[in-house]
Amino acid sequence: MSQLAVESGPGFVPPSTADFNLPSVFGNSVYSTKPVFLVFLSVILISIFFIAASRKASVVPGKLQFSGEMVYSFVRNNIGEEIIGHEFMRFVPFLFTLFSFVLVNNVFGIVPFLQFPAMSHVAFPYVLALFSFFIFHYVGVKKQGLGKYLKGIAFMPGVPKAVYILLTPIEIATFFLVRPLTLSLRLFANMFAGHLLLLVFITGGDYMLHDSHLFMKILSPFSFAMGIGMSFFELMVQCLQAYIITLLTALFIAGALADEH
Amino acid sequence: MHGTLNLVGYGLSAIGPAIATGMIFAAYISGVARQPEARSVLQPIAFLGFALAEALALFGLVLAFVLK
Repeated sequence: MSQLAVESGPGFVPPSTADFNLPSVFGNSVYSTKPVFLVFLSVILISIFFIAASRKASVVPGKLQFSGEMVYSFVRNNIGEEIIGHEFMRFVPFLFTLFSFVLVNNVFGIVPFLQFPAMSHVAFPYVLALFSFFIFHYVGVKKQGLGKYLKGIAFMPGVPKAVYILLTPIEIATFFLVRPLTLSLRLFANMFAGHLLLLVFITGGDYMLHDSHLFMKILSPFSFAMGIGMSFFELMVQCLQAYIITLLTALFIAGALADEH
Repeated sequence: MHGTLNLVGYGLSAIGPAIATGMIFAAYISGVARQPEARSVLQPIAFLGFALAEALALFGLVLAFVLK
């Protein structure tokens, strides 16, 4: 197999992590790469969309107002009210911002010409998870007081005393390490894997199309078709991840607000 | 063609979360089928369980790339 590849020119180079290190647009700065611009673009697009949707708000909503309100009411009712409970209105702005920001940035992964999910650079999910981390701890400390909150985390009530030897380290690690880490890594890894998956099929199809063997040329449309199919699958994953990060943030806040853990 | 065994290992480790995800959604579907009005209660729970099971698969994916 390797002999064959050597004879027919350079073999297929599978996409790797290096494909995510995009070159800088201006100069050599790490602050002017494509993901940075995509994040700015997403903020502008979200602002324009929701300002336009809510500017001429009427009792009978038009198409634009309806679509804006649909996203908002989804976050408010299905995530905010259902998870957090009666105090949910305070957190809806944050949850809504988080949801729409992540959603738009994720969907950029399959928008033609943009085609890069900014969240596949781990720095962006880290920042979002830090926001979520500080907010749910702040809420918990403010609601229950620092001592009681930390005691609730470290010593879960209603557990035999001997179990605390095992449970306390796990609970502390869960609240201060695992939660923010999984929150960010889940989003990052999903976007990373999804983008890599699309790269494999599209660059693979391109390689097969330019291969000298006729057999490879004939098979290449299947690779492209798979790429298109996977794009739709990615759209689903992208929406799902935006939902999940918001859902988990709401669950953490709800957990911090609850008196008993 | 050459690669790393990491990815084979990742493929094997993804079996666990795959089964877990299947079981979670099977339970969710049968729950909703038996009691359709429970959908809104079950949905966050199902997705939470899915997210937790999936996190394991994704850790494997990250490690498969990180550990050379």
